[in-house]
Amino acid sequence: METNNSSHLSGDVSSSKVNSVLSGETKNVNGKLIEIEKLFRTYLLGEVEVHALRGVSIEVSKGEFVAIMGASGSGKSTFMNILGCLDKPTKGNYKLDNIDVGNLSRDELALIRNKKIGFVFQGFNLLSRTTAMENVELPLFYSTVSNKERKEKSIEALKKVGLEERIYHYPNQLSGGQQQRVAIARALVNDPSIVLADEPTGNLDSRTSVEVMEIFQKLNEQGITIILVTHEPDIAAFAKRHVVFKDGRIKSDKINSNTKNASEVIKTIPSIDEEDEE
Amino acid sequence: MKILNIILAAFRALRRNKMRSFLTMLGIIIGVAAVITMLAIGQGAEYSVKQQIASLGTNVLIIFPGSQQQSGIRVGAGSMTTLTEDDAQAISTDCPAVAYVSPGTFAGGQVIAGNLNWATQIQGVGVDYIQIRDWIVQYGSFFSDQDIKGATKVCVLGKTVADNLFPDSDPVGQNIRIRNVPFKVIGVLTRKGQNAMGQDQDDVILAPYTTVQNRLSHFPYIRQILVSATSSKSIETAQKQITELLRMRHKIARFEGDDFTIRNQSDLANAATATSQILTILLASIASVSLLVGGIGIMNIMLVSVTERTREIGIRMSVGARGRDILTQFLIEALVLSLLGGIIGILFGVAGSKLISSFAEWPTFITAFSILLSFGFSILVGLFFGFYPARKAALLNPIDALRYE
Repeated sequence: METNNSSHLSGDVSSSKVNSVLSGETKNVNGKLIEIEKLFRTYLLGEVEVHALRGVSIEVSKGEFVAIMGASGSGKSTFMNILGCLDKPTKGNYKLDNIDVGNLSRDELALIRNKKIGFVFQGFNLLSRTTAMENVELPLFYSTVSNKERKEKSIEALKKVGLEERIYHYPNQLSGGQQQRVAIARALVNDPSIVLADEPTGNLDSRTSVEVMEIFQKLNEQGITIILVTHEPDIAAFAKRHVVFKDGRIKSDKINSNTKNASEVIKTIPSIDEEDEE
Repeated sequence: MKILNIILAAFRALRRNKMRSFLTMLGIIIGVAAVITMLAIGQGAEYSVKQQIASLGTNVLIIFPGSQQQSGIRVGAGSMTTLTEDDAQAISTDCPAVAYVSPGTFAGGQVIAGNLNWATQIQGVGVDYIQIRDWIVQYGSFFSDQDIKGATKVCVLGKTVADNLFPDSDPVGQNIRIRNVPFKVIGVLTRKGQNAMGQDQDDVILAPYTTVQNRLSHFPYIRQILVSATSSKSIETAQKQITELLRMRHKIARFEGDDFTIRNQSDLANAATATSQILTILLASIASVSLLVGGIGIMNIMLVSVTERTREIGIRMSVGARGRDILTQFLIEALVLSLLGGIIGILFGVAGSKLISSFAEWPTFITAFSILLSFGFSILVGLFFGFYPARKAALLNPIDALRYE
């Protein structure tokens, strides 16, 4: 199915790359998952040009845990949208897993999102009145997976986030932390190359936030690349690399030598109202 | 297959909003039910109109003598004296497509009963006349072969005549005077009402044709022969058989024209049927307006649904749904609503028609055509009115859709 999706746009150089990558012929020699070069993004707000990104260059290797930080308006959200193939850059190169994503069509971008990217949002973004299981299944609806495989993969993903007991619960029967874990399971279900988390702890209390970060750290230990947007230094402290945005440019990009272990931190926070989560 | 997944997603979405799905369907349900019921009523009307026309005698043929021709001047139908009682007798015995035969003549005149009088037409007819006209004697009896042979002075009154001459008393057994000839009333006919031309069919007195010939008109010939075919379908056969028989009996050479005319009332029947068909079409088109309104209802709800589910669409897009996947899902949702609404509407329409026919005693007919028509129309409505909202959903920008509050 995926070969069909992209090959109908034959003649486009990039679609052959979509093909080869998705059919498992990745020739990713240098181990770089993300290669971004001089990325620009300009909006037109009425007559005014807004320069959200002014020449961002960054490389991310497989297995990294990157925190992207910056004040609001620094361009980090725009950057995440482009990273997540929801938006296209005005100028510049973006290679994801060796695919030149910058020139793909809407449908091809949808395919990349389906196969390569898992999203975790601040507001969880689960479908209401839909069980945890069905929410997690959602990405598999848009790929060619048998019914049996879809169920197995969904249960497996829910196990990874420790929610196998609640697969038939509805979002309104779950606590904020549990909802976010369902969202993480949904992000994982298609075995993506990267998990993009946009302020995943923004709607959670501090203990639950650390719990979510614990999950991210465990997933990262299993080799999953995670890119996290946050403006909270406490949360960024769990990541291995800090990238700070300011005015559409990268202000600093350094390894976090003092990475905190969420499993350790969680022991120092008293679990006063853990039962209220139920 | 991916399309099956999308169908499943559509069903899940409809199930999540049971109430809204039902309300959306309601428009289609009412529309389809209305179309089916209206068509059933219309076709029932057509049927009863046909029945009524049949009761007026669509299988009746009237044979007139031909027009007289003297030195190229034609006098008019019925002026010749070529029809005889023997002709009537021969038609009754030799034409298998003919059921009843009655010779006929007539006379006008003032009728007096006691101190009341009334001007009317006196029909001289045979005993089979009331069978041909599908008429019933309400009180008393009709005259017999004996009365015809003996030219007895008996008569049967039409309802109008009876009401005017005997407003307070029972006419049966009383004597009346027609042109000063005394007749005995032996029966009164049921009311038949107006004919297609608006004439009062009950303003008549029936008497044996022999009596009318001898006592009233003094015209010793037969002015017409009334014939009923065995069924309304055998009219043409009967007409052919009668023509052949009379030509033979009247010794008409092959190249000569008929010396008689045969008329039937099928034109009248056709006109009436056409009228009731127009009625059916009219009813159906009124009902289809409600189906259209139901379709607009679907579009309305789907549009609201797209706005309300903008976030959901954003989520679906972020996990890899293409625009056309979203389009397909919304189109399937609209289609399922209209299909399901169509099926439920058909059930309600059939039930409604049955109710109407049992309570209003109005015949209703449900045809496969009306079911297919309304079903097909509801699918079209779903596709047509579902497309715009579905396209709107498909064209959403995933970033904006995800941020939508």
